[in-house]
Amino acid sequence: MKLTLRIWRQSSATGRLVDYELEDLSPDMSFLEMLDVLNERLITAGDDPVAFDHDCREGICGMCGLMINGMAHGPEKATTACQLHLRHFKDGDVITVEPWRAEPFPVVRDLVVDRSAFDRIVAAGGYISVPAGSAPDAHATPVPKPDADTAFEAAACIGCGACVAACPNGSGMLFTAAKATHLGVLPQGQPERYSRARDMVAEHDASGFGGCTNAGECTPACPKGIPLTTIARLNADLLRGHTIRSDR
Amino acid sequence: MDTIGLYRTTIGKKAVMAVTGAALLLFVIAHMIGNLAVFSGADAIDGYGRFLREINVVWPMRIGLLGCIALHFLAAYQLTAKARKARGKYEHRRRVQGSYAARTMRWGGVIIALFVVYHLLDLTVGWLNPHGVSGEIYANVVADFQHWYVVLAYTLAVVALGFHIRHGVWSATQTLGITTSRVIGLGVAVVICAGFLSVPFAVFTGLVS
Repeated sequence: MKLTLRIWRQSSATGRLVDYELEDLSPDMSFLEMLDVLNERLITAGDDPVAFDHDCREGICGMCGLMINGMAHGPEKATTACQLHLRHFKDGDVITVEPWRAEPFPVVRDLVVDRSAFDRIVAAGGYISVPAGSAPDAHATPVPKPDADTAFEAAACIGCGACVAACPNGSGMLFTAAKATHLGVLPQGQPERYSRARDMVAEHDASGFGGCTNAGECTPACPKGIPLTTIARLNADLLRGHTIRSDR
Repeated sequence: MDTIGLYRTTIGKKAVMAVTGAALLLFVIAHMIGNLAVFSGADAIDGYGRFLREINVVWPMRIGLLGCIALHFLAAYQLTAKARKARGKYEHRRRVQGSYAARTMRWGGVIIALFVVYHLLDLTVGWLNPHGVSGEIYANVVADFQHWYVVLAYTLAVVALGFHIRHGVWSATQTLGITTSRVIGLGVAVVICAGFLSVPFAVFTGLVS
C-alpha cells in the first residue's frame, strides 16, 4: 500500500503538519508499526524521528493515543491506535495524524502529550484505603453480580485520554466517572464513596478540563466503550456528596 | 449541605442548569396548553388572560422565570468559558456522534433568549404587534399571524426551542444522576413544537380568524 501521512511535528511552543509519503506498506501492519517504518527511514536519513507514545501494543496499557483523520484512535470502534491495522485504509489515502489536544494535555513533542492531569485525578480519590496485611479471602465480601459487572465495565478504562481528545468541551468526565464508578459500586469502595466523588471532581475541574454537556462524543471514541451511564452515576454521587452526604 | 462548594464544581453548575431548565420547561408546557384556548374562540383566551391576572400569578411568575433565566444563563456562560479554554484546537477533526441538538445548545439558547425579547414586545407589551391592544389576546394573535414573516420568526424560534429541549431533557436527567432514553427528550420536543406551531398555522391558513 501507499499512504501519505500528514503528521504534526512540534519541538518548541508551536508546530505544523508535515507530509510524508510511505510506499510498500503491508495492510497487516498496525498503525504504530507504520510509524516505526517511517522513523527508521527518518533516522537513516539523519532526520528526527516522530515522537509518539506506545507500550504494550496489545490495546490494554493506554499509552498510545493519536488523533487519526480527526478521530481519536482512528475510524475503528473500540480499537486503540496500536490495534488499528492499515487494512482499514485505502491505498493512496492521505491520513492526518495529530496529538490529543486539550488545555490539560500539553504537547511534549510531536504526538506525545503530558497526561499527568489524569494521574492527579486518580491520586485525589481513585483508590480505596485498606489496612495493609495479608490478603483477605477472595469471597469474604459478597458482591452482587450486576454490581460486579458494572464495576468491571468501568474498570476497563485504560486512561488513554481519547474521551478528552474527542470532547467538544475538553472534559475529562468519562475518565473520572469510570474511575469513580469502578470503586463506587463495590462494597470496598463505600466508605470513601462521597469524598471520592468530591475530591476527584474538584481535581478534574482544577486541572483545567471543561464541564460535560452530555454531547456523547466520548463513548464512541473510547477504545473500551465506557458508557455514559458512568457519568450519570458520578453526577449522582457528587450531588449527594455536597448535600445529604456532605458529612462523609 | 454545601451549596457554594457544589456550585464551584462543573457538575454543580450543570445541576443549576438542569433544575432551572426543568422549571422553565414546566412554564413552557403550561404556556403551550394555555395557547390552545385560542381554538375555543376570543372569549376563551381573553378570559384565560383575565383569569391569570385576577388570581395574581402574573408578576410572581415573571419574577420566578427571570430568576431561572438569570441562573441558567450565568451557569451556561461560566461553563462555556471553561470549555472554550479547555478544548483542543485541531487542524482536522471529525465528529462521531454529531448530535445537532447537543452542538447547538449554546447558540440555540441565545436565539431563544432574543426571540423571548421580541415575543414580549409583540404580544405582552404590544409595541411590535399590528393590533397591539392590551387584553385583546385573540385579536392580537390573529393580527400577528396574518404576516408570513411573523409566522416564519415564530416557527424558527419554536424549532430552536424544540432542539434545545430535545437535548436539554436528556442532558438534565443525566446531570441529576439518571440516564433516561433519548426518545423521551425527542417526544417532549415534538409535542411542544406541535402545540406551539398549531396556533400560527391555524391563523395563517384561516382556521382561526
